[in-house]
Amino acid sequence: MQRTFRIFRFNPAEDQEPRYETFTIEVQESWTILDALNEIKWRHDGTLTYRRSCRHGICGSCAMMINGVNDLACEKQVAQIRGTITIEPLKSFPIVRDLLVDQERFFENLRLVKPWLIARTPPPTDKERLQSPEARKLLDGTWQCILCGACTSSCPVFWDNDNFLGPAALLKAFRYVADSRDEGLDARLEALDSKYGVWRCHTVFNCVEACPKALNPTDGIVQLRRRLISEKL
Amino acid sequence: MNLEVTYHKHDALIIGSGIAGLYAALKTSGEVDTAVLSKVYPTRSHSGAAQGGCAASLGNRMEDRWEWHLYDTVRGSDFLGDQDAQELLVREAVPVMYEMEHLGVPFSRTPEGRIDQRAFGGHFGNFGKTPMLRACFAADRTGHAQLHLLYEQCLKHQVRFYNEFYALSLIVKDGICLGAVAWDMNRGGLHVFQAKAVMLATGGYARCWKITSNAHANTGDGLALIMRQGLALEDMEFVQFHPTGVWKHGMLVSEAARGEGGHLTNDKGERFMENYAKEKMELAPRDVVSRAEQTEIDEGRGIAGQDCVHIDLTHLGREKILERLPQIHEMAQKFLGINCIEKPIPIQPTAHYSMGGIPTTLDTEVLADGKEEVLAGLYASGECACVSVHGANRLGTNSTLECAVFGRHGGLRMLDYIRTCPSFEELPGNELDMAREEVEHLLSTAGTKGGVRPVELRERLQETMQKNVAVFRNQEGLADQVKICGELREQYRRVAIDDGARVANTDLIETIELGHMLDYSYMIARCALERTECRGAHWRTDHPGRNDKEWHKHTLAYLKGDEIRLDYKPVTITRHQPEERKY
Repeated sequence: MQRTFRIFRFNPAEDQEPRYETFTIEVQESWTILDALNEIKWRHDGTLTYRRSCRHGICGSCAMMINGVNDLACEKQVAQIRGTITIEPLKSFPIVRDLLVDQERFFENLRLVKPWLIARTPPPTDKERLQSPEARKLLDGTWQCILCGACTSSCPVFWDNDNFLGPAALLKAFRYVADSRDEGLDARLEALDSKYGVWRCHTVFNCVEACPKALNPTDGIVQLRRRLISEKL
Repeated sequence: MNLEVTYHKHDALIIGSGIAGLYAALKTSGEVDTAVLSKVYPTRSHSGAAQGGCAASLGNRMEDRWEWHLYDTVRGSDFLGDQDAQELLVREAVPVMYEMEHLGVPFSRTPEGRIDQRAFGGHFGNFGKTPMLRACFAADRTGHAQLHLLYEQCLKHQVRFYNEFYALSLIVKDGICLGAVAWDMNRGGLHVFQAKAVMLATGGYARCWKITSNAHANTGDGLALIMRQGLALEDMEFVQFHPTGVWKHGMLVSEAARGEGGHLTNDKGERFMENYAKEKMELAPRDVVSRAEQTEIDEGRGIAGQDCVHIDLTHLGREKILERLPQIHEMAQKFLGINCIEKPIPIQPTAHYSMGGIPTTLDTEVLADGKEEVLAGLYASGECACVSVHGANRLGTNSTLECAVFGRHGGLRMLDYIRTCPSFEELPGNELDMAREEVEHLLSTAGTKGGVRPVELRERLQETMQKNVAVFRNQEGLADQVKICGELREQYRRVAIDDGARVANTDLIETIELGHMLDYSYMIARCALERTECRGAHWRTDHPGRNDKEWHKHTLAYLKGDEIRLDYKPVTITRHQPEERKY
């Protein structure tokens, strides 16, 4: 079966401006977008540039915009899309080349929320801390984030200002704040309660739609706000 | 060609950012200046794909002892593992698991609030006799949880990350490792990293098979760096085929699916494991189950006569599947369009885990000759290393365990060593040569006519390895593969890439990776050809049975030019003499 791919191309070192290049190739029924990109790169044009690694939706390397929607190239099936398939890089990240974007800011924002367990109470020396299954269940929907950037890149607030921590970093903050073992809300206030923190979110839910792992960062942000308010009262 | 060169100095340099590398970095950071160099962002390392669990005899669900875990690991390794290393693995497993919990890993919990544990193949109680729940888990994303947590801990401890840097060569002078040379994948340019100690934690290398669970990144780079220094590799013939790879794709259906009670069935709907491991059934070790599946397929009992069988989870029920195996459910839906609550999943053996690798001491020091001679300042841990805890076959959930235990232990030993090095040694002066030559040569081929396209060599390698170095092996196929690898290495000299750019040149990186794959595949095939017995994952149809008299020994292999030299060394036995292995 022949399919046509219209792919965003840009090498800032050489090109004045971006362009779109069209490739029509033979694809197999079971192929993902990543399989098609590999076919193009390996057999037609080795200069096509993108990230990929695990090819089953756990490493988070290959988030990109596929027909205008953020998704993982390795999970999105070619057969699910009709007509010409347009592939573009994640919006709002600087483009390094073609579909490969600079994610340094994204990971820096993650660091700012102090994404590590902050516990003053020392753990038992030769056993685990106890955590009830109910308390553990509160973390579901947070820790599964693969840091692909699909959510943050879909966020209009982040488009406007990349100092905004963004949905991925805030969901990670919530993952720790919601953990019964954590006592670090105070330490995270500087980031969360700042003008680039939780209050800047406009709850437009783009991030929820964009998440390839069906997580809900907006809900995490809203819950963080409640925690911050109850702390202030 | 004028390639920009940048110099860096760090006390500890860790190459690779999976569980092993990050755990090592966590232990050296805060104490000495620590850098991690990785060709991917750390959270994208393949440790994150580990699903089912991490073994430790915590005894949270039933009585367990490290001695039982040791026995299972020794027997699982088909008696080829070194028992001193295996003992360190299973004893350290317990404190390491508690440490990971203290650091914050979101383990699933028992009703009492303890780390929950589940069944896995090859793990039993009371010296192989009774069922056992030993795998600590976070749903079916255990590796993901551990990897992200360790990355976050490294951020906390201000580890310096060089993300998307690709190591090209080691710097070795007078038997001491002084650092490594790397390529900045996004900006282009060579970087010399001077270090007091270097750890290789570059992961697995099953990318040279067509059907594999491995990520595109698993191309054995650390092994190639070692080989090109003329140093030894150990037990390269032992590569595990995981029994439940998603049909045609190869990515895993976690062994947790069997641990939770999943059945393997053939075209007639029979639970065929009855004929191969009557007692342990689906919970026999992976080598046993993969052979059973392959036999079913070869004898025409694959589903609709095709090269797959079924794993059936339907009887587990919706609730259990969604709570304990959510990723499997998602993957089956996305890649096969199958809802595993209602229908079985077609699966086949998939090249998965490499038991062999870079020989090290118990303290993760690299052995230059593979036997006794330590290469000062160079360490290796995780899947790229061969310490050897897995011998001829690894048990499920012992891999992330190895990464955690030996990454951590290696980090601490590196720290001891660094404290004995007051200053940085002077570099040899020619440290850039090997890396520069490789990059300049490939860049110079860009756009030239008449060259060989890398994909042609890579596909031929993957197809022939799949055919000749598979679950079942024989003299003819292996000899053929040695010859093919030789030819492919010869053709690689005429390879030409498309992309001559410096910025984000993934064509360049993929082609260097291909060179690495060709080198270590050559070694895998040759070591497999020599070993004329059946042991663990290495099964020779032309040499039935394990042959302890001649082959109870580790293989060592060294590359010199186009020649491979082989040597052997004894297996360390402390508690368990070889015995018949039946499940």
